[in-house]
Amino acid sequence: MRKRHLPLLVLAALMVTGLAHAQPPAGIARPGNEASIPLLSLGAQLFAGNCASCHGSDGRGISARDPQRGAGDIEGIGPSLRGVGARAADFYLRTGRMPLTRADEEPNRELVQFDGRELHALVAYVASLAPGPPIPTPQPQIGSVPEGLELFTTHCAGCHQVVAEGGIITGARVPPLDKSTPTEIAEAVRIGPYLMPAFSTKTISDSDLNSIIAYVQSAKHPDDRGGWGIGHIGPVPEGLVTWLIAAVAVVAACLVIGKRLGS
Amino acid sequence: MRQLRALVIALLGVLRLRRTAKEQQHSSKGDDERIVASAPPNRGSELVVVALLLAAAVCAVAFIVFYAIDDLPSHTQLLGLSFGLALAFAAAALIVTGHRLVVSEEIAEEYPEPEEPEEQEAVVEIVHESGDRLTRKRLLGAAAGAAGTAIGLAAITPAASLGPGIETKSLYDTPWRRGRRLVDDKGKAYAATEIEQGTFYTAFPENAKPDTIGAPVVVVRLDPAALQLPAGRSGWAPQGIMAFSKVCTHAGCAIALYRKPLFPPVQPRPALLCPCHYSTFDPAKGGEVIFGPAGRPLPQLPLTVDGRGELRAGGNFSGPVGPSWWGVREDQAS
Amino acid sequence: MIRRAVRFLDQRSGAAPLLRKALRYLFPDHWSFLLGEVALYAFIVLVATGVYLTLFFEPSLAKTTYHGTYAPLEGVSVSEAYKSVVDLSFDVKAGLLLRQTHHWAADVFVASIVLHVMRIFFTGAFRKPRGITYFVGLLMLFTTLLEGYLGYSIVDDLLSGMGLAIGYGVALSIPFVGANLALLIWGGPYPGAPVFESRMYIGHVFLFPILIGTLIAVHLALVASRHHTQFRMDRRASQRTLVGVPMFPGQTPRSLGLMLAVAAVLFLLGGLIQINPIWLWGPYEVAQGTNGAQPDWYLGWLIGALRLVPGFDLRIGDYTLVPNPFWGGALFPLIVLAVLALFPWAERRMTGDHGFHNLLDRPRDAPGRTAFGAAFMTWILLIFVSGSADRATVFFGASYVAQIWVYRVAVWVVPVVVFFVTRSICRALARSDEIEEDAEQAEEEARAAARRSRPQAAVATPGEGTRGP
Repeated sequence: MRKRHLPLLVLAALMVTGLAHAQPPAGIARPGNEASIPLLSLGAQLFAGNCASCHGSDGRGISARDPQRGAGDIEGIGPSLRGVGARAADFYLRTGRMPLTRADEEPNRELVQFDGRELHALVAYVASLAPGPPIPTPQPQIGSVPEGLELFTTHCAGCHQVVAEGGIITGARVPPLDKSTPTEIAEAVRIGPYLMPAFSTKTISDSDLNSIIAYVQSAKHPDDRGGWGIGHIGPVPEGLVTWLIAAVAVVAACLVIGKRLGS
Repeated sequence: MRQLRALVIALLGVLRLRRTAKEQQHSSKGDDERIVASAPPNRGSELVVVALLLAAAVCAVAFIVFYAIDDLPSHTQLLGLSFGLALAFAAAALIVTGHRLVVSEEIAEEYPEPEEPEEQEAVVEIVHESGDRLTRKRLLGAAAGAAGTAIGLAAITPAASLGPGIETKSLYDTPWRRGRRLVDDKGKAYAATEIEQGTFYTAFPENAKPDTIGAPVVVVRLDPAALQLPAGRSGWAPQGIMAFSKVCTHAGCAIALYRKPLFPPVQPRPALLCPCHYSTFDPAKGGEVIFGPAGRPLPQLPLTVDGRGELRAGGNFSGPVGPSWWGVREDQAS
Repeated sequence: MIRRAVRFLDQRSGAAPLLRKALRYLFPDHWSFLLGEVALYAFIVLVATGVYLTLFFEPSLAKTTYHGTYAPLEGVSVSEAYKSVVDLSFDVKAGLLLRQTHHWAADVFVASIVLHVMRIFFTGAFRKPRGITYFVGLLMLFTTLLEGYLGYSIVDDLLSGMGLAIGYGVALSIPFVGANLALLIWGGPYPGAPVFESRMYIGHVFLFPILIGTLIAVHLALVASRHHTQFRMDRRASQRTLVGVPMFPGQTPRSLGLMLAVAAVLFLLGGLIQINPIWLWGPYEVAQGTNGAQPDWYLGWLIGALRLVPGFDLRIGDYTLVPNPFWGGALFPLIVLAVLALFPWAERRMTGDHGFHNLLDRPRDAPGRTAFGAAFMTWILLIFVSGSADRATVFFGASYVAQIWVYRVAVWVVPVVVFFVTRSICRALARSDEIEEDAEQAEEEARAAARRSRPQAAVATPGEGTRGP
């Protein structure tokens, strides 16, 4: 099993380079004396400095590669934000998915780049561009966990794994939902960020959504009555335990009992 | 009190006598006469073994106690820990015994003879001589072979009742027929207007068993202008709505994944995926394989929209559903 | 007391000579000779815990509604089989401990067999007179894989259902007879007739355990009749002379100690580390699946192979001959079995060595065999690791598609490199051994010469043929 580590090391190295890419190249552009600027105009200024190179001035979007690179030398292309509402702005900014370094990379949960008032300002600004859906207020406490399990298995588990530990599709990584708040889940289900399908109320009603969120919340702390949960993804960590703990222990027992060459 | 002391002293005396007697007995035989080599006693290790065995006993009792108590938090952990430790202590006791308390001298002895040519010869002779009387050995052998084979075949013939093993046509079966409605898992019919772009739906044939390999379909809607369906499938995708078998053509897992770009210019194209081996199918091209081990496209189910705006099958799938087999014909579906 | 018992037994069975022989049966002492015993003890734990589980398991796919202790499943439609395992885990005292111990024991059972086979292979213990022992062992390894697969498949949870779908796909892909075979086994097209569950059950708790038990008996009988191999650790040890610790008193406490140690590890794991929490996976439906679905580790090499094979069916026109899952799911394990089974014959052909071997090689003593074994293992190991490339993507972010392409190349390149590197390491080690032995011999001769106090130079004998027959 020695060789198993080699690919893991290679992957770890790849991961480190991946992380290095996730930061905006020039950092966040901020106006001076932020505190004195009214909310909406702070939002507009932050947007112009950090978002407009991809989403265009006034959030109209940039549909083809712009020969003139935007702020921070970013090759801009991005969807229009008119009509996406506070819901999408809140989701992408509060989970650190925006701003991206490159327009074609997968938005992942990252360190949030803006402080509380800045987030508020940006969300308000994007919401003001055109009428759009507000930030949802799900009520998982009235949802049913068993129904949530069934709905989650049907609609979500194919990508997010049945205990919401994350997974993959060809071309992207599917995030685990251990850090997702009920609001973020409600937002993501309706938005369909990146490659995720978007589910309207016709497919997943608000009450279904409450159940799904209730299930995801319960899956964060599943019933581990069997002991250490080793990640709740089944056979891969079980195999690691078999070889790295059990096999090591029984071989150690053999070494204690039997003679070793040269001894 | 005094009596007690006297008793203890007496007891100790008796024990001591017994021990010396045993030790004398122990060394009474010379080393040459013994089968098991002699070695001096090791009282320290004896104590260790006793301690380990008692620890094992304590843990085993703890297991019984834990078992008897209801409503203990982490019940499984306490049970596993107590029983596991009981076994571990007992194991340690035995290992110390093996290393320190019993003689483990290494003895040399001859390996068994690699072979016994005389015995081999005798076996051959017995067989040959027993067959001396037979004059038509080949014929008898052939007849015996025929009987043996036939009886063997007869004996396994009932295994054919296990399933439809001779006739494999049932592998083509699906419940889909022209005009059959698409319903959700609660039996409600899907209306064409319900089907939106950017998401996926699981549908089943109305009034048919949902848990067969041919039943579930995944329904998606794409921009009709973006479709490049294979020849002969015009009219299969009303308003860009398409249905595909939800069972992977590679190894039969459910196509439970749909990826769709939120911003198509810089993101991967829409695809249906299987989570077992990540075969990836392109719905816009009629289920063509774009990555992974699947060897043939996902079968497409022709759709129509009826007068009430509900989705119905326009016929059977474009090909056989589920994993392939020797002799399966790609274009055939019954 | 003991005398009376022995007399009682001997008078009624004539067992005393046999018993005496058995008590003084010799076990050569080396830790690696205990790996097979570990497998045996894991099997004993499997049988003991498995019998307990059968007392609670309900092998039926009939639908029922779950009402019980585990609230997140309340009111969910499940099969009787699945429900009985959830009940066993939640409502039967010590049920979960025994279930988890059983599952860990299965994982460790196969792991110890693999370690044992590696020891046998790299020391050349498969050579005459132990050829049949080796084949029986290989047969056991592969039987065990099927037995384990049936075990986690009968539970009817989401993962087991997906595994069965793949098993069906692989069975269906077998040339000529696949369709007939799959239909016979499943009793109809997937997911098969309801009776399929009982078929798996009888296979798992009766047919395969009996088969494995019989193979173990044959294996042990053959070992006992040919005696153990040994390393040249003792001056007395030779091809004709066996040096070892007698069964009693030397070996018995050690073997029993090992048995208890193995059981201790399994029960500690069973109590402390959760395995296959089927209540979290939920029940299975044909139309459902979860990301990251994997088989138990010992079938991981097959899912790796299934994922690595490029997407093609062997086809003439629209007439399919060999569907894709055959390559990774059936042909690959058959090749591995065939290579392992034919290796002794191939080695005899290549070395011309048809002799009896009771002395073991150290891996360096047979550079060709060691290098081939290392390369072969690397090949399987890489395919095995590629089966978890999806989890590697989740944890480390490397593109799945890119990883698959890297593996598709690496599984052919890396083993070749490993072959040559291993062979040169073995040769270097063997050479340094020879030099060392030569030096020792020279020194000894020099000393002897000095003692005889004759002014004659010590001449070292050429170092070849110092090891091995």
